[in-house]
Amino acid sequence: MSGRRVVITGVGVTAPGGVGSGNFWNLLSEGRTATRGITFFDSSQFRSRVAAEADFDPEEHGLSTQEIRRMDRAAQMAVVTAREAVADSGLDLTALDPYRTGVTIGSAVGATMGLDEEYRVVSDSGRLDLVDHTYAVPHLYNYLVPSSFSAEVAWAVGAEGPATVVSTGCTSGLDSVGHAVELIREGSTDVMVAGASDAPISPITLACFDAIKATTPRNDDPEHASRPFDGTRNGFVLGEGSAVFVLEELESARRRGAHIYAEIAGYASRCNAFHMTGLRPDGTEMAEAITVALDEARMNGDAIDYINAHGSGTKQNDRHETAAFKKSLGDHAYRTPVSSIKSMVGHSLGAIGSIEIAASVLAMKHNVVPPTANLHTPDPECDLDYVPLTAREHRTDAVLTVGSGFGGFQSAMVLARPERSLA
Amino acid sequence: MTTPRVVVTGLGIAAPNGLGTEEYWAATRAGKTGISRITRFDPAQYPAKLAGEVPGFSAADHLPSRLLAQTDHMTRLALVATDWALEDAGVDPKALPEYSMGVVTASSSGGFEFGQGELQKLWSQGSQHVSAYQSFAWFYAVNSGQISIRNGMKGPSGVVVSDQAGGLDALAQARRQIRKGTALIVSGSIDASICPWGWVAQLAGGRLSTSEAADRAYLPFDEAAAGHVPGEGGAILILEDEQAALARGAEVYGEIAGYGATFDPAPGSGREPGLRKAIEVALADAGVDASDVDVVFADAAAVPELDRIEAEAINAVFGPQGVPVTAPKTMTGRLYSGAAPLDVATALLAIREGLIPATTHVEPDPGHDLDLVCGQPRTSDLRTALILARGHGGFNAALVVRAA
Repeated sequence: MSGRRVVITGVGVTAPGGVGSGNFWNLLSEGRTATRGITFFDSSQFRSRVAAEADFDPEEHGLSTQEIRRMDRAAQMAVVTAREAVADSGLDLTALDPYRTGVTIGSAVGATMGLDEEYRVVSDSGRLDLVDHTYAVPHLYNYLVPSSFSAEVAWAVGAEGPATVVSTGCTSGLDSVGHAVELIREGSTDVMVAGASDAPISPITLACFDAIKATTPRNDDPEHASRPFDGTRNGFVLGEGSAVFVLEELESARRRGAHIYAEIAGYASRCNAFHMTGLRPDGTEMAEAITVALDEARMNGDAIDYINAHGSGTKQNDRHETAAFKKSLGDHAYRTPVSSIKSMVGHSLGAIGSIEIAASVLAMKHNVVPPTANLHTPDPECDLDYVPLTAREHRTDAVLTVGSGFGGFQSAMVLARPERSLA
Repeated sequence: MTTPRVVVTGLGIAAPNGLGTEEYWAATRAGKTGISRITRFDPAQYPAKLAGEVPGFSAADHLPSRLLAQTDHMTRLALVATDWALEDAGVDPKALPEYSMGVVTASSSGGFEFGQGELQKLWSQGSQHVSAYQSFAWFYAVNSGQISIRNGMKGPSGVVVSDQAGGLDALAQARRQIRKGTALIVSGSIDASICPWGWVAQLAGGRLSTSEAADRAYLPFDEAAAGHVPGEGGAILILEDEQAALARGAEVYGEIAGYGATFDPAPGSGREPGLRKAIEVALADAGVDASDVDVVFADAAAVPELDRIEAEAINAVFGPQGVPVTAPKTMTGRLYSGAAPLDVATALLAIREGLIPATTHVEPDPGHDLDLVCGQPRTSDLRTALILARGHGGFNAALVVRAA
């Protein structure tokens, strides 16, 4: 089965600023931000009180009352988003061998919202060490083990091939799709419904990131709080959302005349083996992942037209990945637009890698590079072209998108037009 | 280009009936159970009171104090099991190129006990009391991250979550990475959520046995089957490219020869559950016929409907009474994502010794028509074993191991 190439033929996005890939692209191309003061709960006790919340109503998107009850918000978003992707692909999955369709969903923190709420109930707001099972909801097990996300998506789309959740922290959204690509390439499946979903805007997540001062305390200016590569940045803004794709083998996609967004030409993941949360400024392991992904794509770094950065808006990240781009692409890094959509949609942990893949293929579709919002005062140590403030028309045939996360995971993916010449 | 063979060269076991491979295998041969009344908290108020707890594990004997502060119990077990597995394989990770080694583990619930402690601080004391370590001690990627850091492994790594099936999915992903060119992958899983909060969440799943008798509580394929006993632990395995392993003179336990995974159809579809198909895919992937398989390590849900589905899948492939089937996890309880890697380790030990460990305390329901190895272990010339694992919601995985 070697030689099988994998393409994206369907895209679904649920992100802050709007449900659906159309709304998502409008937000990005207009350079608007969807970060705001937290409305989900009273956040007054927290250091960082800003988030990019999605205005997502599961009922409005066709989920039944029972489905809504049994699913954590992240699972709800995954199902709605997967349905959009399948509809967009024009593929009739019910007409295919269900064993040849698989599901991978990435999530960093699983059913955190559901677990936080249910813990509060069974522990009587933390008063009980021996929490009370008589107050537990029947679907609590689905929160305990987030593979329930993939189960819900598999049921929703009728897939009966390999299904799993990929959970590698903040690179989950890239690694989930990368995993799906490997399954098609090796011949285990022909179609994958692959993406990621996270809904981490809950008190426990805020408390975690407060404790390590990873999130921004820019509470008085929430619309401009996510400031990747800006000298005044001071932490990331938590987000939520989902992006899901339909992946197919290139030749069968061509045979059925599918719209092909991009080929997933190369993917690699490496570990820094250094620290669970810290990054060394040299970006060595991310550079290694980029180099391997380019090799797999049989492309030279010079062929990259746009870099969709991790760009979380922490000082250590922004410098780490700037170094990684220079190390892997050399001078071409200075000539290539680089931007972080986290400036607009925040950092949705395990979901963002897939949301950034969606941004990348939409950039290819429109030949427009989304901007880095809120970038007014560049950090002198970050000296690349970060596309400040406004989107740019730019011929985009190949995109590098990267992720970096807790646990030391560094991932890179190369998206390109399948008709390109192979080096 | 031929596909490189992937072999297991090291085992690190932390099981409720034995800590370390030697102790575990001795207990398993002897039919010694690790199931007893929960000691990690007082279970009196809960309908289920038994679990398989890993005995005699003192993390401070093995790990530096800075790691103890930032890790859940299951991560400590995983780090120590990794040390043992590497030692067993005769591998010094410091002496190998760092990108030539990766870590692929499965998880089901992350560091849930650690999470309970921090949730309690959040809701009883306030957000400023939550530990700085909570951001990574709970999440599912923690073991792969911590193992890679402790051992300087920078190669392709990952984490899969597919409930109990995930343990096999991780080994399959490890094999995939080795086939793509990474020399060594640390894989498998250690899982644990035996804390009140984890217990309540497991109870909600509705599959726990409420028996208080350790020898009557977990009886898969028995007419008295009424749910399972959960356990903690699992196994970490060192997987290597066979040529690389032989070149360094490694002792090889066996080959990861085949794998298949499916997901059950949506409830109410009327379609057949996916386990049979997963088995068929795994056998085809291994290039073996059903008649080549010498033993099946069953998932053994001990829920009557799920036992029936598993027995039907096995019989559809092998014929009624067509292959010896066993479930030594009756001695450990179900270890979630740790269960299948432990079964794979057990299968490799069984192949080495030519002995099928028994399914303890079970009187097989004749209706299942399985050749269940019960009571005493069975001496048998073993070359090929099939391991099955299923996860809540419909995940099915099957893996074939073969003598080296």
